Amino acid sequence: MENLSYLFAAYAAVWVLLFVYVVVLSRRNRALEREIDELRQLLQRHQAS
Amino acid sequence: MSSNRRLIDLILAPLAGLGMLLAIYMVFIYVPSDQAQGIVQRIFYFHVPLAIMTFLAFGVVAVASVMFLWQGTRFWDRLAHSAAEVGMLFCTLVLITGPIWARPVWGTWWTWDARLTTTLILWLIYAAYLMMRTVSGPGDQGARYAAILGIVGAVDIPIINRSVYWWRTIHPAVLVTREGSSGLNDPRMQATLGFCFVAFFLLFVWLVWVRNENARLRDAVEGMRQHVLTGHEA
Amino acid sequence: MLALLRKDLQIEFRTKETLASLLLLGLLTLVVLSFAFDPASELRTEAAPGALWVAVIFAGVLGLNRSFLAERENECMQGLLLCPVDRGTIYLAKTLGNFTFMMVAQLMIVPIFVFFFNLPMTLGIGGVFLALALGVLGFAAVGTLFAAVAVRTRAREVMLPLLLLPLVVPIFIAGVKVTGQLLAGKPLADVAPWLNLMVGFDVIFLVVGWLVFEYAVEE
Repeated sequence: MENLSYLFAAYAAVWVLLFVYVVVLSRRNRALEREIDELRQLLQRHQAS
Repeated sequence: MSSNRRLIDLILAPLAGLGMLLAIYMVFIYVPSDQAQGIVQRIFYFHVPLAIMTFLAFGVVAVASVMFLWQGTRFWDRLAHSAAEVGMLFCTLVLITGPIWARPVWGTWWTWDARLTTTLILWLIYAAYLMMRTVSGPGDQGARYAAILGIVGAVDIPIINRSVYWWRTIHPAVLVTREGSSGLNDPRMQATLGFCFVAFFLLFVWLVWVRNENARLRDAVEGMRQHVLTGHEA
Repeated sequence: MLALLRKDLQIEFRTKETLASLLLLGLLTLVVLSFAFDPASELRTEAAPGALWVAVIFAGVLGLNRSFLAERENECMQGLLLCPVDRGTIYLAKTLGNFTFMMVAQLMIVPIFVFFFNLPMTLGIGGVFLALALGVLGFAAVGTLFAAVAVRTRAREVMLPLLLLPLVVPIFIAGVKVTGQLLAGKPLADVAPWLNLMVGFDVIFLVVGWLVFEYAVEE
């Protein structure tokens, strides 16, 4: 059925965009959390000295 | 504090995911095909909730903008920014799924009907909003200017919708059909639409949450960097 | 507020720069748009109202940019803000100033427009001016607010049209509709709903601008 490809295209677009957005955000979030941990350690060392 | 956040995270993600999974089931397996439009009509079950969510998102942007200008706390600015990004994403999806649906059903990619056109303009306003933050000067400027745009935009959207609607109805052109109003007679269709609405709402909330966390973490990192550099309380 | 308004008008009429650029850009747009249509075709008369309003918007965006550019360059903004005057009043003064420049430019552009597009000089022209006044007022209301914002961003030439064009769509649609109907000889009563829309737009955004302007100019 020709129309099936339209249906597929629409849903594919939705899923791809949503997926990409979520992946990008999660990666950034995790990187940020790591950075916070590092900075926290840095601060503790600062305060110890 | 962070344990509450962990909890919300733990609940929202699977809830949204489950919602979407069920939505897919309902759209592809449960609901019957539309008699007139055939299988393509199923796009409708995603297209409409996405559209409602993107306008809702802009509402959130507007309220958060007012609160930000009034209260000045970072919380409101982060919320506005997050809602705007997710709203923009949803708006893009509406503008993609709309034409893909229109083409086989009405034979044309684009119709200048009131709803689709208003969504297009909303997209442009979202784009301007997000761009505003990148091109503004240092400090709070970007946030403030974006907030102004958020408020003016939100007030304008109903007016824009009205004017485009009048523009169309006084000059009947290519298509006079209103999209999506082909009677949802079958209660299964109504149920599917309703459920998709809930599923997308959950998705929206979760995405805004994740994006907001991103903003909050960024602010925290910035704060800590200042702390490290200056050596005393930021 | 009158003093502020007078100050803006005085500066402008001494140099006449903004006025000249408004006029020239408006005319240029009309000329270029004329090239888009075959001189003999019907399409020309139908497209005429659109052409006029496109010219109004293009010229308007430029004029708005200039009105704040002068202030930014001479650091006048600080001086202005030191005045013990309500920010909202500054906004109203600037808006009315911009409105006046644009309308003066329109007084000259419209006759040329009628001339270029071979339109009958009917009584409808008065109505067209009314529509222009209402439209330009709305444009100035939103434009002044965002010009103050755009001028302080990095991409200032691009930001103003980017911000303004989507927001003034109702004005544009209404303006084109009204102009089209009036030039076709319809009575004013026919276009009343559109005029009401414009009035509503003007009132709403003058109020919003008045309320929000202080956030646009605070340092």
